Amino acid sequence: MNSIAKLLKEKPSKVLSIYFTSGYPELNDTTRVIENLGQSGVDFIEVGLPYSDPLADGPTIQDSSTIALKNGINLDIVFDQLMAIKDQNTTPLVIMGYLNQVIKYGEHKFCEKVVACGIDTVILPDLPMVEYENHYKELFDHYGINNVFLITPQTSEERIRKIDSYTKSFIYMVASSSITGAKGEISDGQIQYFERIQAMNLKSPLIIGFGISNHDTFSKACEYANGAIIGSAFIRHLEREGVDGISEFTTQIVGS
Amino acid sequence: MRAKFQPDENGYFGQFGGAYIPELLYPNVKEIEDNYIQIIESQEFQEEYKSLLKDYVGRPTPLYYATRLSEKYGAHIYLKREDLNHTGAHKVNNTVGQILIAKKLGKTQIIAETGAGQHGVATATVCALMGMDCTVFMGEKDIVRQAPNVARMKMLGAKVVPATSGSKTLKDATNEAIRYWIQNPHTFYLIGSVVGPHPHPDMVARLQAIISEEMKWQLKEKTGSENPDTIIACVGGGSNAAGAFYHYLEDEEVELIAVEAAGLGVHSGESAATSQLGEVGIIHGSKTILMQDEYGQIVEPYSISAGLDYPGVGPLHAFLFDTKRAKFMSATDQEAIDAAFELTEIEGIIPALETAHALAVLGKMELKSDQVVVINLSGRGDKDLETYMKHLKD
Ligand SMILES: Cc1ncc(COP(=O)(O)O)c(C=O)c1O
Repeated sequence: MNSIAKLLKEKPSKVLSIYFTSGYPELNDTTRVIENLGQSGVDFIEVGLPYSDPLADGPTIQDSSTIALKNGINLDIVFDQLMAIKDQNTTPLVIMGYLNQVIKYGEHKFCEKVVACGIDTVILPDLPMVEYENHYKELFDHYGINNVFLITPQTSEERIRKIDSYTKSFIYMVASSSITGAKGEISDGQIQYFERIQAMNLKSPLIIGFGISNHDTFSKACEYANGAIIGSAFIRHLEREGVDGISEFTTQIVGS
Repeated sequence: MRAKFQPDENGYFGQFGGAYIPELLYPNVKEIEDNYIQIIESQEFQEEYKSLLKDYVGRPTPLYYATRLSEKYGAHIYLKREDLNHTGAHKVNNTVGQILIAKKLGKTQIIAETGAGQHGVATATVCALMGMDCTVFMGEKDIVRQAPNVARMKMLGAKVVPATSGSKTLKDATNEAIRYWIQNPHTFYLIGSVVGPHPHPDMVARLQAIISEEMKWQLKEKTGSENPDTIIACVGGGSNAAGAFYHYLEDEEVELIAVEAAGLGVHSGESAATSQLGEVGIIHGSKTILMQDEYGQIVEPYSISAGLDYPGVGPLHAFLFDTKRAKFMSATDQEAIDAAFELTEIEGIIPALETAHALAVLGKMELKSDQVVVINLSGRGDKDLETYMKHLKD
C-alpha cells in the first residue's frame, strides 16, 4: 500500500494537505517548509515543481513559481533537497508538476528519483487519462508510483467511475470549474456537486482542492470528502509571514 | 486508409499531437472533437463558409505571377495573395470558419489569443459580423508593440485583456486564454494557429486548406499543371503554411519549404527557429517540438516579427520536419527586412514582416529556370510600417 493510501486508511477524515512551491520564497526553503508543515500537523504535503507555463494554476502559484525559478530552482536541486531530509521526514510527500518537466528530465530518470526520495505519489494535471492508459500506467506501475487523477464538476459519471478504478491513493476533487486560487466561500452549486459525488459511493477517498483557503472552506470540504488541499492561501501566508509563521496558518485552518 | 499526414483518432501526426489537457478542459475539447468534422463537412456549413469567404473576405485570392521577382531569381515565381483578404492576412480564413462552428455549437462568447494582433483583429471582425461577444488575450508587451491592431480590435468591439504572466507575449496570452476557458467552459476558444490540443490543429488546418485548394485550380489554369515544384511559407504556429501545403501533403514530388524566424541568428540566443533549437515536449496541450531549457522550462523566443515568435510549432509541422516531408529553412531579422524592401521595390507589394521571412529564402535556394515556385504571401505590411520606417534609406 502506498504512503497516502495508508495515511487515509488510518485517518479517513479531516485530512489536511498543503501545497507549496519548492524553492520558494528562497531556494533553500524547500526543506524548512516541509519540516515546519510536518511539525504543524499537516497530514501530507504536495511538493510543487515550479514550471514556466503552469496551465492549471492561478496567479498566486504562477508568481511563486516564477520567483522560485528566478531563485535558481530546478528538478535536480529539488530532488537533492528532498533526498537530504528523506530520513528525518515522516510526513508523506506527493510530487506535483507538469508533464513536460517529466518528459524533458527523462521519464525513467524522473521515476527513479521520485522513488529514491521515498515518494510514491505524483499529480500531473496535464497528463490526460488516455495517455495514462496508453503509456504512463505501465511506466508508473513499474516503479510503484501511483498517479492522482483530477475530477471536476464537468467530469462525466462514466469517467469518474473509470478514474475510481485506476486510483490507488485518492481522487483529487477540483472544487469548481477553476484554476488554482483562493476563493472566499463554497457556493450552493459546489455543495450540490460534492453531494452528487458523495452519493456515487466511490471506492477511493476524495480530497477536495482548488479554492480552499480558510477554516470555513476547509471544514465545509471535510463534510463531503476525506480532506482538503490548500495551496494559494498558504503561499500567500508564506509570502507575508515567512517560514516561521507556518504553524500559525495550519492552526487557523484546523481550528480548535 | 488514413492519409499519412492526417491525424489519427487520438490526434497524432506520428508521435506529435494529442491533447495534453487538464481534466478541467476535457469536456470543452471533447465537445469540439465530437462535432467539428461533421460540421465542417456539412453542406450547410460549406455553403455559408464559402459564401462568406467569397463576398466578405474577398476570395479567391489571386495567384499572381511576379514577373520581376521571377526575373531576378531565375525561376517562375507565383505569389498567393493572402494579403488581399479582408483584415490583411490569411488569419480570417480560420476565424470565419471557426465562428460558424461556434454558432453551430450554440456559443455566443468567443475568446482568442493574439501575438501580432492579426488573429485578434480577424477574430474581433467575425465577432462583430455575427454579433458575438469577443475577448482577446494579448501579452502586455505585444499590446505596446502592436498598438494599431489593439485600436482596431477595440473599435471592432472586442475586449483586449493584457496577459501579465510569464514573459508577457504570445505564449502567455495563450496560457491566459486557456485559463479563462477552464473557468468559463461555455465560451468558445477560437485558436489562431494549428497549435493547441487535438482537434484544434486539424480544425484550423482544414479551414486554412482553402489556400491550397485554390492554388490547385489556379496553377492548372496558368501552367497547365495543378502542382508547382516548390511551395514556400513562413511558420509561426504554422497555419498559413498548413493551408498552403494541405492539398499537396501527400504529393511527395511537390517540395514544401517552411521558413522560421532566426531572429538575430539561429544560434545567437535571440531566435525563434523552433525546429532547429527545439526538442520534443508539450506546449499548450500538444506534443510537438518546442524551445525549452534542460529542465523543460519553456524558453521565450525572439523575432522582429511578433507573429513568428512562438516557442513551439504545430504538431503537423513537427511531423513534416521529423519525416523530412518539408524542408525547414530560416531567415534572420535583417534578411526579412531586406526581402520586404525588395518585394516592395520591384513588385509594389508591401508584405507583412512574417511573410518577408518566406521571401527571404529565395536568395538562399538553387533555383532552376523552369522551376515553378509558389510563395504564400500570408499578409500585408501595414501593421509593420513603424518597423519598416526605421530601416528606410533616404
Ligand atoms: C501575416 C502573418 N503571417 C504569418 C503569421 C504566422 O502565423 P502562422 O504560422 O500560424 O501562419 C502571422 C501571425 O500573426 C501573420 O500575421
